[in-house]
Amino acid sequence: MDLASAKMIGAGLACIALVGAGIGIGNVFASLISSLARNPAAQGQVQPFAFLGFALAEATGLFGLAIAFLILFVF
Amino acid sequence: MHRIIPLRIGSFDLSYTNAALLMTIAVILITALTLLSTRRAALIPGRWQSIAEMSYEFVADMVESNVGREGMAYFPFIFTLFMFILFANLLGLIPYSFSVTGQIIVTFAMAAVVFTGVTIIGFVRHGLHFLRFFVPEGVPALLLVILVPIEVLSYFIRPFTLAIRLFANMLAGHTMLGIFAGFAAILGIFAIFPVAVDVLLLALELLVAVLQAYVFAILSCLYLNDAIHMH
Repeated sequence: MDLASAKMIGAGLACIALVGAGIGIGNVFASLISSLARNPAAQGQVQPFAFLGFALAEATGLFGLAIAFLILFVF
Repeated sequence: MHRIIPLRIGSFDLSYTNAALLMTIAVILITALTLLSTRRAALIPGRWQSIAEMSYEFVADMVESNVGREGMAYFPFIFTLFMFILFANLLGLIPYSFSVTGQIIVTFAMAAVVFTGVTIIGFVRHGLHFLRFFVPEGVPALLLVILVPIEVLSYFIRPFTLAIRLFANMLAGHTMLGIFAGFAAILGIFAIFPVAVDVLLLALELLVAVLQAYVFAILSCLYLNDAIHMH
């Protein structure tokens, strides 16, 4: 296998990071919905943390993207 | 990125690029917003004064609830950081402009400033006692052999995650927009579908732009809180 195709496979494998990001984002909003269904009055306190959690979980998937770019264009 | 005013000093390329132009525009806009809108401050704020006051109160509230009263000394820094990233992100969404925060050197410079500043604040406030930060309490001595290196590593990885998070979010958003715009260029009459997707993605990017500025600012607050109050 030559280097170019190995790079392509590696960049594709880096997309597996999206599994974790998807589970994480789903978890964040599932918990938000269930906690708001129990106590709607807590929305103001809970929502900022939910969005913080969403951004942090999404960023882990983007680290995978950063690795894919590193593999494709840097090395 | 291209040079607008080429300038070379020795082996350094100090050209005024379009990235620098966008940063200048962001700084001018923030200064104009905060100065002009509060020049004739009224008790009942108008539209512009409301924007300035709301952003001020939003960040002030964030600093106070995350760092506490002592943290308000660092409020101007956090506010500047938040507004600069917010405006840089939003300006980058305008077609044909340039996303400054999509450059890792820009985000890493900001993250490095936060990291070194926070570390210095920690050492100034606690002296060498700040090193206790890396030693979790109530842990058996044997486990410390493993835990201390992990704590040290997770501390030193902070500026990198902070920088890459913002940079990768901006870059990924613009890449997605670019890919769908590329589909639109080759599809002819069916180009309406990728363009529609681009419109929706732009709405998502608007959310991400605000959210990432918020995340950067709140994480800086949390790191500052660690340095001021230890754990």
